[in-house]
Amino acid sequence: MKKILLFTLLGLVAVTPAYAAGDAPVPPHQDWSFNGYNGTFDKGSLQRGYQVYKQVCSACHGMKRISFRNLAALGYSEEEVKALAAEYTVMDGPNDEGEMFERPARPSDAFPSPYPNDETARYANNGALPPDLSLIVKARPHGADYIYGLLTGYEEHHGEEELPAGQYWNKYMAGHKIAMAPPLSDDMVPYEDETVTTTEQYSKDVTSFLAWAAEPELEERKRIGVKVILFLIAFAGVMLAVKRKIWASMH
Amino acid sequence: MGSGNRKKFDNPIVEWVDSRLPVFTLMNKEYGVFPTPKNFNYLWNFGAIAMVMLITMIITGITLAMHYVPHVDHAFDSVERIMRDVNYGWMIRYLHANGASFFFIAVYIHIFRGMYYGSYKQPRELLWMLGVVIFLLLMATAFIGYVLPWGQMSFWGATVITNLFSAIPFVGDSIVTLLWGGFSVDNPTLNRFFALHYLLPFVIFAVVFLHVWALHVAGSNNPLGIEPKGEQDTLPFNPYYTMKDTFGVLVFLIVYVAFAFFMPNDLGHPDNYIPADPLVTPAHIVPEWYFLPFYAILRAVTFDIGIPFTDITIITAKLGGVLAMFGSIALLFVLPFLDKHPVRSAVFRPWFRIALFALVIATFLLGMAGGKPAEGIWLYVSQFCSVYYFGFFLAIIPFLNKYEPVEKLPPSINDAVLDKNIKANAYFYAGKVK
Repeated sequence: MKKILLFTLLGLVAVTPAYAAGDAPVPPHQDWSFNGYNGTFDKGSLQRGYQVYKQVCSACHGMKRISFRNLAALGYSEEEVKALAAEYTVMDGPNDEGEMFERPARPSDAFPSPYPNDETARYANNGALPPDLSLIVKARPHGADYIYGLLTGYEEHHGEEELPAGQYWNKYMAGHKIAMAPPLSDDMVPYEDETVTTTEQYSKDVTSFLAWAAEPELEERKRIGVKVILFLIAFAGVMLAVKRKIWASMH
Repeated sequence: MGSGNRKKFDNPIVEWVDSRLPVFTLMNKEYGVFPTPKNFNYLWNFGAIAMVMLITMIITGITLAMHYVPHVDHAFDSVERIMRDVNYGWMIRYLHANGASFFFIAVYIHIFRGMYYGSYKQPRELLWMLGVVIFLLLMATAFIGYVLPWGQMSFWGATVITNLFSAIPFVGDSIVTLLWGGFSVDNPTLNRFFALHYLLPFVIFAVVFLHVWALHVAGSNNPLGIEPKGEQDTLPFNPYYTMKDTFGVLVFLIVYVAFAFFMPNDLGHPDNYIPADPLVTPAHIVPEWYFLPFYAILRAVTFDIGIPFTDITIITAKLGGVLAMFGSIALLFVLPFLDKHPVRSAVFRPWFRIALFALVIATFLLGMAGGKPAEGIWLYVSQFCSVYYFGFFLAIIPFLNKYEPVEKLPPSINDAVLDKNIKANAYFYAGKVK
């Protein structure tokens, strides 16, 4: 028993150092509501985070893997989702006359990206490509901690050499140079509830929202996982008893 | 496979089938009354565990294939569709992705057990060699499977590993072109990799069948490494080991699903959630963790090998690395013919035991070095450990053949099981028989 676990754990030791993070420091660990074996998303935070994404991030960053219907998971009703979708315009067609046309988005539509293609995006952003944010939390080492660290990690330039135009100094960016200007500042997005409107709070909310976007299955996954493990433990217990009983007669 | 003298079954339907096709007789002979040494410890569970993982991978894999699109423009999106829109698609994919890791964990422990107790020795040489063939096929399948999601690590891992074949003199470039189906890793590569990833598990299944067949000819080895001498040394496979294996499998599954449900991405690389981009190279290209020791051996050869005092290079560093990497597995393949020491089990081979534990440590260090850039201290670590790895097979084992004393072995499994002194002295000896 112990040996099996020991070997399994030993096998995993070799795993952890599989990637180096450049010269950027490890972002501090945040106390996310979705951490842990039974973590869940804070729906209020997700809704505020969506507001921050919509009013700030979406100017440059797409979220093409998310559909408006997915927003129901944030606690919006069907009617609210329809209304949220209708705020966007999407290209559809061709119609009966062969023309492409614009129409308000429906819940079944994916979020429209801000640029028609990567070339336009680079041209508009000094050569840098703002990545699609659907998977960003899973696509970076340290996930949500890193995104939060990045959003709050803008500091005065520390290096010796001059930063090129359009580059900013960020504590947690690999190489410390980032092409994204500090996106958030205090009081830039008015919240409808009493939540404070600080950069830290915006960063926290929008990171939660992005974590949900990357892993919308997280709550269900953990819920089912607990049941699966409990079932397997019970089953293993029964089998251990059976095995002992059978082997006990082996005198 | 023949039925020989068949015993009649009471159930008329079973009897009707069995008299025409003796599958029930076969199952009863090979898994019912099959005489199995009674002193197995829990390391003997990992064959059954590996089998369960193979079946898990085939079932989840076929389900994924129903939704996956092997095209460079759609592969990544189709995987995300599985994660987001297919019913329980996230569960199937996470079980498959983590299943690969846990398959390797099971297989590595299984291989270690075979080495520790000398299971590769006469008369089980072919059984062992079939096992190494399975291991090679498994590595090929896992590598190809990692390419299919078409993320950054998929693409660049495929580029780096397929490029290795270009080191082969004369035909290398043609082989690479053949693997790629073109002049770079592109859509034809993805298409053929998908086809092969669907094919190879069934090839593995066939070789596993041969592996188990060979096992049932020679019978299982055991922690003492001495052959059973009669009925007092063995137990029928069912129920003793069917029940014990089921328990072991369940414990293993608990750890496996803990990863699949609670840390599904901890064994993967974040870069593989970035769609493949041939124009952007990741900072560090690393393979999956289970390849890291071999990757470290590959990169440990940083020098050309030539005729001394001339400029003539016989083996470039790249070819040397490739030869070393494949050589490390080839040595496993011929291990039964390298180790000629008459004693099987490391329980009675204290010198071999130390050398083997050092090999395990060297392999772990190689794994750690494989995950780091090949420079500075980690390069020396991988070179030192690679030398030990080859030294173990090519120097230490021949040395032990000649000089390791042959200890007096217990007269039989039954005697050993009853003798407390042997149990107390035996490392990793945990036969539960009283």
